[in-house]
Amino acid sequence: PFSSKVELALRLKGVPYDYIEEDLNNKSSLLLQYNPVYKKVPVLLHNGKSITESIIILEYIEETWKAYPILPQDPNDKAMARFWVNFIDGKCSSAIRKVAFSPEEEREKAVEEACECLKTLESALNGKKFFGGDTIGMVDIVALFIAFWLRPFQEIKGLELLSSEKFPNLFKWTDDFVSCSIVTELLPPRDKLVAHIKAHLSK
Amino acid sequence: MEDEVVLLDFWPSSFAMRVKIALGEKGIKYKCKQEDLFNKSTLLLEMNPIHKKIPVLIHNGKPISESLIILQYIDQVWNRKSPLLPSDPYQRSQALFWADYIDKKIYGIGRRVWMGKEDQEEAKEELMQCLKTLERELGDKLYFGGQNIGVVDVALVPFTTWFYSYETCGNFSIEAGCPKLVAWAKRCKENYRSVSEALPHPLQIYEYVMELKKRLGL
Repeated sequence: PFSSKVELALRLKGVPYDYIEEDLNNKSSLLLQYNPVYKKVPVLLHNGKSITESIIILEYIEETWKAYPILPQDPNDKAMARFWVNFIDGKCSSAIRKVAFSPEEEREKAVEEACECLKTLESALNGKKFFGGDTIGMVDIVALFIAFWLRPFQEIKGLELLSSEKFPNLFKWTDDFVSCSIVTELLPPRDKLVAHIKAHLSK
Repeated sequence: MEDEVVLLDFWPSSFAMRVKIALGEKGIKYKCKQEDLFNKSTLLLEMNPIHKKIPVLIHNGKPISESLIILQYIDQVWNRKSPLLPSDPYQRSQALFWADYIDKKIYGIGRRVWMGKEDQEEAKEELMQCLKTLERELGDKLYFGGQNIGVVDVALVPFTTWFYSYETCGNFSIEAGCPKLVAWAKRCKENYRSVSEALPHPLQIYEYVMELKKRLGL
């Protein structure tokens, strides 16, 4: 899920790239060399230089390849976009993860917190097609897991976090985003995703 | 039209100090408004409704929050002097990586050190590891930004006013483990007025920590 953000940005900008799969239980010497501090994926290697941490990689990609800008130019709008990126990557992401992994007793509270985050995103979307406006922006890219993973996840768990009644704009956004050809090309088919989620949750 | 710049501040906050240093470096005039974090003002709640945290920079009525986002905003808008970030995308990404590293580690680990609970020893170890990593990154450079201070220096130097509190609460010496880093902090304060003006005296921070511990019942 984390690497997809980077791949999506590269594809939107038409940047050709090689994808190297890492076995996180048996990290390659390449990974340890290029990300000595965190030893994690994703790592972008550009002409031999490494950039790590997905948000930082996205910012680097934006500055290096000018086609298809994913951040606004205006300083205020840019700061706002960065704020949402930070919110989704931070508070939102951990709230939703808590729902997935919290014990039964804490489930209700976790769901409440996650819904608060979704409510905030609903109002941030503010009638636009994407967070980036008419086109996909960095905020959309960072929210990919919500668009793609949340609905199958909540079905499997029998929970209702994101519904068209509660958050109509956000719900529509998930459909619009996932149906973009560039996104469909990138993501695994739904049944494979469902199997992956089930396996991950049972660990 | 005159620019109106307001900073919602809390004087012991390292994050707010970052913004003050940046504003000072760029020579920006601003109004500083102290917040009481136990009794947040309606302005703060209005300007940062989602996180309700400081610092918040209000530029001509529009709020920007999250200190690193504020620093990038300041660098973009007031771009004629004292650049905080390198212009080369790769150098930029490296600077942002280290600023992000500081964000992820220092505040949280430092907090565990001064709070002095069961995990204090572990926190002390972790803190020294992080500071040593940063010291290695500094290497033989004068500043993280090279010949002049940059975003990494601005991100880290405020935490150095907290070193005395970490050391006293944890009964250890940061200078003994990271002499180059301590020397770097002195250099920043001596050569940059924006730094010496933004950082309160370590003893003031210590007093604040003691009061806070009492308040938290520690």
